[in-house]
Amino acid sequence: MTSPQGLHLKTIILILIMVSVAPLGDTFLGKGMKQVGAMGSWAPSHLFHFFFRAFTSGTIWIGIGLLLTFFVAYLLVLSWADYSYVLPASSISSLMIALLAHFVLHETVTPTRWAGVGFICVGVFAVGRTQPRTTERRSC
Amino acid sequence: MLKAAILYFLIVVPGTAGEICMSHTMKTVGEVVDFRPHSIALAIGRAMKLRSFWIGILMMATGFFALLGMLSVAKVSFVFPATALSYAVGTLGGRLFLGERVTPQRWFGVLMVCIGVALVAIGKG
Repeated sequence: MTSPQGLHLKTIILILIMVSVAPLGDTFLGKGMKQVGAMGSWAPSHLFHFFFRAFTSGTIWIGIGLLLTFFVAYLLVLSWADYSYVLPASSISSLMIALLAHFVLHETVTPTRWAGVGFICVGVFAVGRTQPRTTERRSC
Repeated sequence: MLKAAILYFLIVVPGTAGEICMSHTMKTVGEVVDFRPHSIALAIGRAMKLRSFWIGILMMATGFFALLGMLSVAKVSFVFPATALSYAVGTLGGRLFLGERVTPQRWFGVLMVCIGVALVAIGKG
C-alpha cells in the first residue's frame, strides 16, 4: 500500500521522466531523420535503402529509446494515477521546451508563448494540488 | 471543410478514447509498486494480453494519422491550438468512463492548461 505522500512523489517523478524524455526523443528522431534525408521515391530499392539508413542510425535509435521510455513511464503512472490528473499534468513539457528553446538553443520565445506557458503552469499547479488517484486501487 | 471537420473529430475522439482505453488497461493490471526492470516488463506483458490495450493502440494510431492528415489540409497555427480541446475531452472521458472524481479545482486546472496549450501553439506561429 502506498501512502498518499508516496503516491504523490512517485506520480511526480514519473511525470517528470515523461516530460523530460518525450521532447528529447522527438528532437533525436527529428535530427536523425534529417541526417537520413528525404525518401527519393516509392520504388522498392529506394524504400529499402531509406529504411536501412534510418534503422542503422544511432541518433534514430536514441530517439526511439527515449520515446519508448516515455511510453513505459506513461503506462506505469496510469497504473495508479487518474487519467484526468496525468493528462493535464504532463502538459508541463511546454515549460521544459520553452526553457530549453530560450536558454539552450537561444531561440526567441514570443510573449504569447510565455503567456501560454504561464497558463499551463497555473493549470498544472491547480491539478497537482488534487489527489492523483480518486478511484479504487489494485496492486500487482 | 467537411474533410477537416472529420479529421478534427478523429484527432480528438479516437485519440482521447485510445488513451482512456490505455488508462483502463493499466488500472486492470493494477498499481505497479515494484520498479525493477523485470517487474515492469511483467506488468507491461500483462497489459499486452488485454484486448483494451490493443484497442487503445489502434485508436491512438487513428488519432495520430488523423493529425498528420489534418496538417496536410489545415494550417499548423490552427491545428495545434484546436487540439488543446483534447485536454477537456479527456478529462470528461476520465469522469464518465473511468469513474474519476474531477473536482472543480481540477476542472479549473484543465481549463488553464487548454488556454495555455492553445497560446503556446499560436505563439510558435
